[in-house]
Amino acid sequence: MRFLIMSKSNDYFEAGGLPSPALMQRMGEFMREAAVAGVLLQADGLLPSSYGARIVAHDGQISITDGPFAEAKEIVGGFAFIEARSLAEAREWGRRFAIAHDGGCEVEIRQVTGPRGPGDATGDPN
Amino acid sequence: MQGPGPDPDAGPGQADRRGRQPAPVDHAMVENQWRIEFPRLVAAAHAILRDPSAAEQVAQDAFVAALEQWPSGGVPDRPGAWLMTVTRRMAVSQIRRNVDLDSKYERIAEEAAWREDIPMGDLADGHIDDDILRLTFVCCHPSLGRDARVALTLRLLGGLTTQEIARAQLVPSATAGQRIARAKRTIRDAGLAFENPTRDEQIDRLPAVLEVIYLIFNEGYAGTSGEGWTRPDLAGEAMRLGRMLVHLLPTAAEAHGLLALMELNASRFRARAGADGPVLLEDQDRMLWDRLLIRRGLDALATATRFGGGPYTHQAAIAACHARALTLEATDWPQIAQLYDSYLERHPGPVAELNRGIAHWKAYGTAAAREIIVPLLSDPRLANYPYLPAALADIETADGNTAAATALLRQAIAMTHNGADKTIVTRKLQALERTAPGQDGPVDGSPPEPPSRSTREKE
Repeated sequence: MRFLIMSKSNDYFEAGGLPSPALMQRMGEFMREAAVAGVLLQADGLLPSSYGARIVAHDGQISITDGPFAEAKEIVGGFAFIEARSLAEAREWGRRFAIAHDGGCEVEIRQVTGPRGPGDATGDPN
Repeated sequence: MQGPGPDPDAGPGQADRRGRQPAPVDHAMVENQWRIEFPRLVAAAHAILRDPSAAEQVAQDAFVAALEQWPSGGVPDRPGAWLMTVTRRMAVSQIRRNVDLDSKYERIAEEAAWREDIPMGDLADGHIDDDILRLTFVCCHPSLGRDARVALTLRLLGGLTTQEIARAQLVPSATAGQRIARAKRTIRDAGLAFENPTRDEQIDRLPAVLEVIYLIFNEGYAGTSGEGWTRPDLAGEAMRLGRMLVHLLPTAAEAHGLLALMELNASRFRARAGADGPVLLEDQDRMLWDRLLIRRGLDALATATRFGGGPYTHQAAIAACHARALTLEATDWPQIAQLYDSYLERHPGPVAELNRGIAHWKAYGTAAAREIIVPLLSDPRLANYPYLPAALADIETADGNTAAATALLRQAIAMTHNGADKTIVTRKLQALERTAPGQDGPVDGSPPEPPSRSTREKE
């Protein structure tokens, strides 16, 4: 089962602030730990929303708005994409991801859809 | 056991910076840590104790300690480090007890002493990786039988329970338990636990490890026998082990090669799962192929090739040709035929030779295929291999020899004992009988269809 673990951004990163060496090191350790456990598919940080855009389709009308966007804490700032055996396991990796941010962040975990079958055996939460 | 209420003496980690109570710790929470940390703990304990059974026991004891202590103190920030410290201390004190009983443990005790109090910050460094690697080589030791190697690997490196392993190997729990216990005894008694292969030796012995992982993967990939059982996700376990291994041995070409092969094969799982049996490659809806796994597979293949490749890399290169083709028609069959040619030069084998024949058929026509496949009929190793007559049947069909094709398919069905294979071959036969000249034709009166896409000529 695949999970997207997302951490929310904050005003500092949205303003273009760089991660501290300590954060980089903790994140490196998290990634290494998850990689050696065989669960990490990919993990990266995202640039501030000023480097992005929002596209809204409404009644067939497409509108595109360039960043930055308000509400930094609603913006995804980084993610880890993992393959875990259960939501419970993913939750623990999400916890470790949050700890790597020194506790000062909000992390959301979402399961990726996938049929049950080989390589994706269980679909039950926990 | 105490409840999870606030505790003034709580250790670091429950970190109630926002004034909330620590999260309740239940059995499921600890079990969760178990799944993640168990292999690392067993590996570390094994490096100290040189006895897989005792190592497992110590790791279990560490979890018991967690169950006792976390409910009142909260889950530590770094539960893995907490468990590792407890495991190491328990292992070292056990060694000391053993020394008192028997002086032959003195040497182990001396070596173990320095491991007891490695600072937590050092846990992320190479020590634990070496321990896990070492345990991997022990679990996959060639002196153990195949089933024993698989069972032990699933147990100690995958953290599966005896019951899960029993379901994986389709044996009663008691049999799986005995198999694991016997393998652990063999390792301890034969002194295999003391082996500490150098990096060069690790590369030499890597094929034994890769074989076990690939066996586990294929057991999950085939997943045919034992319908109605809830089997653990063996393909997923194998891929987890493969992904682990490439991080532990980043320059080992064939570790990347095997991972590439597994990622690429697994990318087709979704497309392969049909309502009534497996869907053949040529009939698969390629939109269902898993692009993430394909990308990972191609990346791993590139790394494997850069480090020199090997048989798994070679097979992955063939799988990659299919993965790159967005449609069946876009398949580069001459390239696949050429890859099979060079593979067979180095690694002769009848099944691969049959696949080479099929690749040559798709690339160069039925005559080229017959040249390769017909001689295999006298190969005793394929005497009961249903895919040989089935492949020949496809070639006969392509050449319009329906009667010969029908006879070959009947022969193939008689050889098949596995549900999925039988479904595939029976479907081919039914398709052929529906369209065979001289028969009444399709019952529904619709125009006859080509027997299957596999029988279309490329040329």
